[in-house]
Amino acid sequence: MAHVKIIVTLKDGVLDPQGKTVKFALEKMGYKKIEDIRIGKYIEIEIKNDKKEKLEKEIDEICDKLLANPNIEKYKFSIE
Amino acid sequence: MKAGVIVFPGSNRDADCMWALQDILGVNTEYIWHENKNIKKYDLIVIPGGFSYGDYLRCGAIARFAKVMESIQEFSSKKNKFILGICNGFQILLEAGLLPGAMLMNKTLKFICRYVNIVTENNNTPFTGKMKKGQVLRIPIAHNEGNYYCDETILNNLIKNDCVVFRYSDENGNVNDNTNPNGALYNIAGIINKDGNILGMMPHPERAMIKELGSTDGRLIFESVIKYIKNN
Repeated sequence: MAHVKIIVTLKDGVLDPQGKTVKFALEKMGYKKIEDIRIGKYIEIEIKNDKKEKLEKEIDEICDKLLANPNIEKYKFSIE
Repeated sequence: MKAGVIVFPGSNRDADCMWALQDILGVNTEYIWHENKNIKKYDLIVIPGGFSYGDYLRCGAIARFAKVMESIQEFSSKKNKFILGICNGFQILLEAGLLPGAMLMNKTLKFICRYVNIVTENNNTPFTGKMKKGQVLRIPIAHNEGNYYCDETILNNLIKNDCVVFRYSDENGNVNDNTNPNGALYNIAGIINKDGNILGMMPHPERAMIKELGSTDGRLIFESVIKYIKNN
């Protein structure tokens, strides 16, 4: 069994209202050195093991089709 | 003519759209279950608001893979077949790629449910024939993800091709940051495809059909497309 960890985040340049609000809250709490905060999604998938290349291709496909919206989001993943 | 209202698990404005079309405007209307692929008989299909599939992952992301959406792709390519996506329906059309762009969370991080003013930017579409250019409509919004976003190229194309149909404005039709409830790019409240048969909008025309609800401006949108279908 392969264990896939996927992180989906908003593309650079796309406004993240959640990140902005959390940054504002932390600044109010006294954490003044924060430059930027971006909030994303973390997804774990357990999948039957395959050849590495084939598996990477399939995960790419899953991300492109459903897990991320290419209009606003980017993703990266690792396979263990 | 015949209209259909798609029902996904989690749709919740489907009955309002049925009421608006059938009870108020007298159009023969049926519900379309999301697994139904046989939609050829309809002239107008409404994708209603709500929280299809719980809005999990992203609003509309899962609904776009429903069986009915495969038929919607084909349906949309036919002449004189019309699709109106309202709120979650608009989000589904974006996720399905039938309209360009995507929705982000409202700038305020809050679910907004109130009447807004939208100005008619393009009255030369099947959905806006009964309006004047610049006419302001008072129609409610009710959403958490209505902050429309697209890249600069897409925005320029939307503007150039007159695809921006409605923008958030004040009661006189002035558009600025103060009249933008959710942070939507270019104050976009509704867009149409180039062929003019797919309209997506965040405001709910089905909730502005009788004066007891505070506005009858929603009628203009339904009446325009009904008139267009009957005349063509």
